Amino acid sequence: MIKGQRYVREVAQPRQRTIPLAIVVTVLFFLLLLRLWYLQIIKVDDYRAMSENNRLRFLPVAASRGALMDRNGTVMVNNRPSFSLSIIPQEVKDVEGMLDTLASLLKLDRAELQERWEKSKGRARYYPVVIAININRDQVEIVEENKLRLPGIEVSVKPVREYAFQNSAAHLLGYIGEVSDKELDLPAYGDYNPGDYIGKNGIEKAWEHELHGSDGGRQLEVDSRGRVLRVLSESSPTVGNSLVLTVDSRLQRTAEQAFGAQAGAAVVMNVTNGEVLAFVSSPTFDPSLFAGRIPADVWKGYLEDKRHPLENKALSGQYPPGSTFKMLTALAGLEAGVVNENTSVYCDGAYEMGGSKFRCWSRSGHGSVNLRKSLKESCDVYYYQLGEKLGVDRIAAMAERFMLGKELGIGLQNEKRGLIPTSAWKLKRFGKKWFPGETLPVAIGQGYVLMTPIQLASMVATVANEGTIYRPHLVKKVVDPDGKTIKEFSPEVLGTTGISPASFKKVKQGLFAVVNDPGGTGANARLWDVKVAGKTGTSQVVKLGEDRKKAVAYQYKDHGLFVAFAPFDKPEIAVAVVVEHGGGGGAVAAPIAGKILRSYFDLQKPPAPKPKPAEESQDDAQAEAPAGKQDHQVQQGAASD
Amino acid sequence: MIDRRLVTNFDWTLIGLVSAICLMGILNVYSASAAYKMGGAPYYIKQLNWMAFGLLLSLVVASVDYHILEDFSYWFYGFLILLLVAVLLVGKRSLGATRWLNLGFFTIQPSELMKIVIVVTFARFFNNFHTVGGLTVKDMLFPLGLLAIPALLIMKQPDLGTATLVVLIAASMAFYVGFRWSTIVTFALVTVPFFWFTWAVYMKPYQKNRVLDFINPERSRLGSGYHIIQSKIAVGSGGFWGKGYVKGTQAQLRFLPEQHTDFAFSVFAEEWGFFGTLILLVLYLCLVLWGLNIARRCNDRFGGLLAVGVTAMLFWHTAINIGMVIGLFPVVGVPLPFFSYGGTSMITSMVGVGILQSISMRRFMF
Repeated sequence: MIKGQRYVREVAQPRQRTIPLAIVVTVLFFLLLLRLWYLQIIKVDDYRAMSENNRLRFLPVAASRGALMDRNGTVMVNNRPSFSLSIIPQEVKDVEGMLDTLASLLKLDRAELQERWEKSKGRARYYPVVIAININRDQVEIVEENKLRLPGIEVSVKPVREYAFQNSAAHLLGYIGEVSDKELDLPAYGDYNPGDYIGKNGIEKAWEHELHGSDGGRQLEVDSRGRVLRVLSESSPTVGNSLVLTVDSRLQRTAEQAFGAQAGAAVVMNVTNGEVLAFVSSPTFDPSLFAGRIPADVWKGYLEDKRHPLENKALSGQYPPGSTFKMLTALAGLEAGVVNENTSVYCDGAYEMGGSKFRCWSRSGHGSVNLRKSLKESCDVYYYQLGEKLGVDRIAAMAERFMLGKELGIGLQNEKRGLIPTSAWKLKRFGKKWFPGETLPVAIGQGYVLMTPIQLASMVATVANEGTIYRPHLVKKVVDPDGKTIKEFSPEVLGTTGISPASFKKVKQGLFAVVNDPGGTGANARLWDVKVAGKTGTSQVVKLGEDRKKAVAYQYKDHGLFVAFAPFDKPEIAVAVVVEHGGGGGAVAAPIAGKILRSYFDLQKPPAPKPKPAEESQDDAQAEAPAGKQDHQVQQGAASD
Repeated sequence: MIDRRLVTNFDWTLIGLVSAICLMGILNVYSASAAYKMGGAPYYIKQLNWMAFGLLLSLVVASVDYHILEDFSYWFYGFLILLLVAVLLVGKRSLGATRWLNLGFFTIQPSELMKIVIVVTFARFFNNFHTVGGLTVKDMLFPLGLLAIPALLIMKQPDLGTATLVVLIAASMAFYVGFRWSTIVTFALVTVPFFWFTWAVYMKPYQKNRVLDFINPERSRLGSGYHIIQSKIAVGSGGFWGKGYVKGTQAQLRFLPEQHTDFAFSVFAEEWGFFGTLILLVLYLCLVLWGLNIARRCNDRFGGLLAVGVTAMLFWHTAINIGMVIGLFPVVGVPLPFFSYGGTSMITSMVGVGILQSISMRRFMF
């Protein structure tokens, strides 16, 4: 078993070293005992008094949440003080009676008080339970006047969110709400206390830990009547950091207004660095309602609205890209050498394959079609034939070079991946082989293909800059409460497509024609002073056969899409617009994109000639540094164009 | 097969001391949890089960010759490091830290096992390492590396309490082997600037805040500060004779957080007063001194090192827990051995007792 020689090992010195160890141990124990003597014998009267007559109380002081600013430093979300009423359980003997008193004294809803009180069950009895929020100054005064009748009731000031532009960018900014018990159990919220407000959605949630700051509080020793005897310890709250977003609030609002009552999404992105300049999901909602109690009718209205105002369509909406996808099919064809710019195809309004008839959107056909014309007039037959030659996997490979079919990692929750079908995917998903006939709809962005508005914007941005895929991002920098920059985010290149510039040039020429040539489908996005290139798309929600043109219910109408970039020669921005159930992309989405582009380029220009010279110099700096409040005036002119 | 001398040499003092503390612990858990209404077995019954299981386990460990540990020490060590890495990669998160590893049918906490394994590893290392006139800085480089890997991994979880314990246990063993004065001076000269540098250059303000909260709990607003004040009131208000069993107002009114686990001692101190805490402290002191006595009597170097290591583990747990409860040390989640409610702590401590017993029983072999 064990080798014999070990037993003969020399034991040597350390044996007697147990003596110093024993001395050290005894001394340390003696110190503990000394401390116990001090607490239990010398200070016993103090602690007895504290334990018998007195209570400790803790008063939290909520931290101020950091602000959200747009790229020019215009504040979009900030705080205003709000009063709330708390009850300290260990100091109120008859809680039910106290709630009755409060309800009648302050004219508060008794049931709501009850509900909030019930929710607190099981928490530490020293910790104040918020039983009413957003009470007004009159109510605060009543509480202060009746202080003696209301032991264990506290008024506290909590900062709540204030939205400078009301509903604007609500999906992007998100909203805050009271932390739930479930969330409190999560490690991410380990430092939080019941009643704290946290970001529940959007930027507010994704950047919670930068924005939140840390609460302060006071530990008070109070007597049995709730009178404060002394402050045992105190810590002041630290204000959260603020974020400077990449969006331009003016462009954001123009884009939102351009949607009118229509549902949909728009993403505007800087082609050269992935900064998101506008992030629209329409219709929007009122984020301020979520911090308190949402009126039942408003909530019901949100839920029943067919346009789904609560859904973040820019991020989680997955749509068949329709004809906007043709730019990828074209690139795949060019790169594979299956077509060149002169290859021409005859379109008589339909294409037959394997006994099935695939229709072009134009019944009468487009006649002889080359690459430029195929994009300009969005001829389906051209892409049916190209798709058949390429096969689905080569189209998918092209889409994957653009990093489609997976999240781009914009940094918000619930980003959807979209879907780029391949034959392997179908086999795995349905257990069936891919039929060549299924490739044809894919070639025109229908069938199984799904993309989110962010992906659409990224796709067109990548075409515009000829192959660099940037991670779309929403936050430019984090600044501390004093305005000092803590972190600054530089553009992140996710990859490059590896496609030859020549192929890009040819496709871009086609996209230019879409907007600018006579007969192009995207004429509604044309600007008089800036060259715009783009692509329309109309994606079928359901196939309704021959008579689908007739009036159909809202939710069966086609989605209208438009993607664009500008200026054509030196692209700066990319725009993707999806109008849900709006009809043809050229008719509904292109005008919205046009308004967005108009606004963007107007905002770049120095202001109209009328202002004083001082203002001119200020606005010259605008492209680089935050400008002032004058910006609002500039924007007005833009929106009315 | 079993040597008769093993039975005659059975260390009754050791088992007696441990059992006495355990029984006081169970009485105390009963009182501390009396305020809880709960379904399932009451805490004190569960604790009784843990104690019985623990004693049995310690007998099993004692029946094995501890020299086997020497053969396997580095394997244990390597395996534990793998487990600690696994915890960081796939561990179960709870209360803001990743400490548990889910093995399907049960979960384990590798950092807890590491306390024993570091004892075994250091015993093995120093057993084969002979110095004249004490350890030099150079002698310490390898053991420091051995210690740094698990300590950093545990700190990463983050579990500052356990990491500190592992370091203290290892340091105690090295101290037992003996340092040269020059080594101690060098360490002091290196450590101070190191901490200063980390503090001044490396740490962000919020991290500094955490450290300050840690060092001075009464500074922190809600968490540990509240606990400490309440705990001190409980202990202090106990006075000389205490408030009487199951009569501690602080504890019974549920002012004390985690009163049956980490703060079990303050419930005891409130109800039994200085008189009770004196008895309990003397029992712990006897246990630790007896552990050192086992080391002293042991005739082989490995056994001595092992005994010192295990004793150091029990000692530091005790000193840190009590020191924390009475506001001398930072608040770290360190249980009081045999006394706090909880299976993990009971098992680790009992395995330690088993090792001590094994060494004590085999002292005749040399």
